[in-house]
Amino acid sequence: MTHPGAPREPEGMAPGAGGCADTPVLRERGQREVFCGLTGIIWLHRKIQDAFFLVVGSRTCAHLLQSAAGVMIFAEPRFATAIIEERDLAGLADANEELDRVVTRLIQRRPDIRMLFLVGSCPSEVIKLDLSRAAQRLSQRFSPDVRVLNYSGSGIETTFTEGEDACLAALVPEMPAEPGTARSLLVVGALAEVVEDQFIRLFAALGVGPVRFLPSRRASELPAVGDGTRFLLAQPFLAGTARALEARGARHIPAPFPLGEEGTTAWLRAAVEVWGIGEERFAQATAQGRERARAALANHRATLDGKSIFFFPDSQLEVPLARFLSRELGMRPLEIGTPYLHRQHLAHELALLPAAAKLVEGQHVDRQLDRCREARPDMTVCGLGLANPLEAEGLTTKWSIELVFSPIQGYDQAGDLAGLFARPLVRRGKLKV
Amino acid sequence: MQLAVWTYEGPPHVGAMRIATAMQGVHYVLHAPQGDTYADLLFTMIERREKRPPVTWTTFQARDLGGDTAELFMEAARDAYARFQPEAMLVGASCTAELIQDDPGGLAKTLGLPVPVVPLELPAYQRKENWGAAETFYRLVRAFAGPAQTRAPRDPARAPRCNILGPTALGFRHRDDVAEVTKLLTGMGIEVVVTAPMGATPTDLTHLRDADFNVVLYPEIAQVAAEYLKRQLGQPYTRIVPIGVGATRDFMAEVAAFAGLPVPLTDGGDALRLPWYARSVDSNYLTGKRIFIFGDATHAIAAARIAQEELGFAVVGLGTYSREFGREIRAAAEKYGCEALISDDYLEVEERIAALQPELVLGTQMERHIAKKLGVPCAVISAPVHVQDFPARYAPQMGFEGANVIFDTWVHPLMMGLEEHLLGMFREDFEFRDGVAPSHLGHGAQAEPPAAPIAVGPASWVHEAEAELRKIPFFVRGKARRNTERFAEERGIALITLETLYDAKAHFSR
Ligand code: SF4
Ligand code: SF4
Repeated sequence: MTHPGAPREPEGMAPGAGGCADTPVLRERGQREVFCGLTGIIWLHRKIQDAFFLVVGSRTCAHLLQSAAGVMIFAEPRFATAIIEERDLAGLADANEELDRVVTRLIQRRPDIRMLFLVGSCPSEVIKLDLSRAAQRLSQRFSPDVRVLNYSGSGIETTFTEGEDACLAALVPEMPAEPGTARSLLVVGALAEVVEDQFIRLFAALGVGPVRFLPSRRASELPAVGDGTRFLLAQPFLAGTARALEARGARHIPAPFPLGEEGTTAWLRAAVEVWGIGEERFAQATAQGRERARAALANHRATLDGKSIFFFPDSQLEVPLARFLSRELGMRPLEIGTPYLHRQHLAHELALLPAAAKLVEGQHVDRQLDRCREARPDMTVCGLGLANPLEAEGLTTKWSIELVFSPIQGYDQAGDLAGLFARPLVRRGKLKV
Repeated sequence: MQLAVWTYEGPPHVGAMRIATAMQGVHYVLHAPQGDTYADLLFTMIERREKRPPVTWTTFQARDLGGDTAELFMEAARDAYARFQPEAMLVGASCTAELIQDDPGGLAKTLGLPVPVVPLELPAYQRKENWGAAETFYRLVRAFAGPAQTRAPRDPARAPRCNILGPTALGFRHRDDVAEVTKLLTGMGIEVVVTAPMGATPTDLTHLRDADFNVVLYPEIAQVAAEYLKRQLGQPYTRIVPIGVGATRDFMAEVAAFAGLPVPLTDGGDALRLPWYARSVDSNYLTGKRIFIFGDATHAIAAARIAQEELGFAVVGLGTYSREFGREIRAAAEKYGCEALISDDYLEVEERIAALQPELVLGTQMERHIAKKLGVPCAVISAPVHVQDFPARYAPQMGFEGANVIFDTWVHPLMMGLEEHLLGMFREDFEFRDGVAPSHLGHGAQAEPPAAPIAVGPASWVHEAEAELRKIPFFVRGKARRNTERFAEERGIALITLETLYDAKAHFSR
C-alpha cells in the first residue's frame, strides 16, 4: 500500500488495524477443482458485442465451454473452438495455415465481427503454437475490418476468472492514448450493463468524471488511457490488467471492492477522494443508495446472521464476499479458500476480515473436503462439480459460478447478493420432503 | 483443425469417465490440467449424481512442466489408492497430458499398487467420447473376463443366462432402459448375470463368463467388448436394439433364439399402447408428417423405423454424428428413401434442417436449439444430454413401455388434430398469428417466428402470392413454399403468381 500518489486510506479501513491482513495463509498444493481461464469467454462474449473468441485448443476445450455455458446455449454464440487434430500435430498440416483457413471461414461467416481474440489453451501452449505471431499476421490480413488479438485462457496458466484478466490485459495496448494529463476515471472489470449504468449515474452525481469502462461494450470503442487516468478495479482478479494499465501511465486507486453497502461506499469514496470532492456532496449523492442497500440487506439478515460459511477456491471473489457477508450480514467465515491471493489488491479487504477466518490459497480438494465435512458449515460456497455431492451429504451450498454470472456490485444489487446466499437456506427450511 | 461451435461428443477421456462413474469400486487417475475438472459437473449437475465421479485429476500447471509432471502423477495415483481403496484403477491422460508423454500406464506399474491397474490409451486428437467409452469398457472387460473357453451347450435344467452390456453414466435414459429390458428378459425366463458397466464392480466382470449370451443395449459403447467376449468366451450377442414396437418384438425373437426358448408372445399385452394410439382416428393427422432425425446411430436408426412404420410419418432426413456407424445410417436412409447426413458439424446439421423444412425434428439437445430457432417442433431422442433428459419419472426408450413413452414424447410438440384444422380454416383469426404454439403447451412454449426461409431456386414471388403464402399456418408454410418453388422450377416458371401457388397445391395434394 505504498503506491505513489495513493489517496489516503478510507476511514476505518486501514489494513492491519486489528484485521487479518497479516494472518498466515495456508498454501495448499494438490488436485484443484476449478475451471480454467477459457470459462471467462462465456461472459466476455456477451459483454463485448462486436468481438469473437476463437479458442485454439482441443475437443476438451470446446466441451468445457459448452458444458460451463450449460443451458445458456445461444443460437449463435460469438465463440468457437479451432480443434487441433492429429494432422496438425503430426506435421501433415501446417498448424498456422490451418489456423488461417479457420479464421478466414469464420470472418466470412460473421462479417459483423470487429475484433477477434485467438485464445490460447493448454494444448496450443504445450505444442508452442505462437498465437501472438498468428494474431499479428491475421490482423494485417484482415485490416482494417478486423483487429486480431490473442491471450491465454489455458488451464496451465490461468484459473477461471484470470481468463478475464488476460483478455483485458490484451486490450490495454489497443486503447487509444489520452493526450495530456487531464484526469479521467476508468472502471476496470466486466460488469453487467445495469450495474455500469448505475455507476455512471452515481459518478455523475458525485462529480467524478469523465468515467470510462474496460471492457467497453464494443471493442471498436475502447476507452482512452494516459497519465491522467485513475482506475478503480471492479473485480479482484485483475492483477495483469492493472499492471498493463500502469505501464500506460494510469494509476490504481486502491479500494475495497464494490460488494455490499460498505464495500460500494468505500469504493466510491476512494475515487471521490482522488477528485477532492467534499464529504457533504459525497454524503448527499450516496445517501439514497446506501439507505436502499441497508434496507434490502435487512431483509436477509435474519436468515444469514450467525451462520457459518466455508469457501472453496474459485473466482478470487471469495475474500471480498467473506468480508461483505461477515460485516454486513453477520455470517461467520470458517475457511476462505481462494485460488490466488493478491495481497496488494486485497489489502483493504483482508484488513476487514474477522480474525477467526482461516485463509487458504491454492487447493488440495480432498483435504479441503475433509475439513469442510468436519466443520459442517451452515453454507458452503463451491463449484458445480462439488455442490450436489455436498448437498447429498446434508450441507447447504451456493454455486460460486452464479456469483460471477450475476449482477452483484453496487448499492442496488447488495440485496440481490445477500439473496443469493439466503435462498439456499430459506429453501432448505421450506422443504418438508 | 476443425472449427467447432458446439460438439456432439466430448473428448475420449470423458467417455472413460462415463464407464468409471457407472461402475462401483473403480477409480480413474487422470493426468490433466485443472480446467479439465469441469467434466465432474456433467455427472453431478446434468445427471444430478449424489457423488463425485471417482476421478483424481493431477491438475499440473505450467510451472510443473519444466519440472517433474511424472512425479506429480505418481503422487496423485498413490494418494488416490490410499484414500479411495478401489478394487481396480484406471490410469490415463487427457489431451494436454498426451502431448507431454508421461506414460501414465508405465508410471503406475512402477508404483506396485496392490490392485489391478488398467492403462488407457485414448488418442484425444483422433477420437471422441463414445469411442473412449467403448475402449475403456473393452479394456476393463479384457482385464477381468478371464481365460478363453469353449462354450458347452446349456444344461436344459437351468434357466438361460445373459449379461446386459452398455449402460453408462450420463447416458440417454440408460437407467430406465436397463430396468425395462431386465423386466423383459426376466419375463421370458432369462436370468441376468451381470449388467455392466452400470452398477458393476471389477469382480462382477469376472462373472461375465457365466452367461450364455450378451445383450448389447448400446452398440456405440458395448459392441467392441461384446465382440471380444464372443471370441474369447464364445458368447453370441444381440444386434437388435429394442427401441420401438417392431424392434422390441424382433429383439425378443433374437434373444429367444440365443436362449433356446420358443419365440414368445410379443404383443406387449395391455400395457403396450402405441399400436392402438397410432391407429386411433385422432392420429390421422400424423400421416406423412415430414420428420428430420439426427442423433447417435442407435437412436437415430431406431427412430427412423418407429417414425415410418409405427407412426406413419415420412422420414425426410436421417443423420448421425457417430462416424463409426456411418454405414448403418446410410443403409437405413436408403431404406426410408432419404439422404443420410454423417457429420459432427453443428452448422452443417443446421443448414440441412433449414433446407429440408421438416414438420418435426427428432434430435439431440443441439437440434432442439436449431428447431427452436427455425420455429419447428422438436423432441429429443439421443445424447448429448441435458438436465431435462434425466426425468424424475420412469421414462425408458426401450421395450414396450419405451414405445409408449416415445409416442407421448414425439406427438406432444405437434399441433393436435382438430386444432390444426381450425388453424387452417380460420387462419386470419388474429389470435392464430404466426408462431402460435400448440394450445396445450401454454405461453411459455411459444415458438419463435420461423427464420426467413433460405432462398431456393431462381423463381421469385409476386407480392400477391407471397401474401397468400403468409396466410398458410406457419408450421406448414415451409412445406408449401418448398413445393411451390420446386413446382415452378420444374416448369421453368420464373415468377410465382397466385395461380402458380394453387397449381402447385393441386399438384402436390394427393
Ligand atoms: S484446462 Fe486446458 S485443455 Fe482443459 S479445457 Fe482448459 S485450456 Fe483446454
Ligand atoms: S385445445 Fe387441446 S383439445 Fe383442443 S384442439 Fe388443442 S389440443 Fe386438442
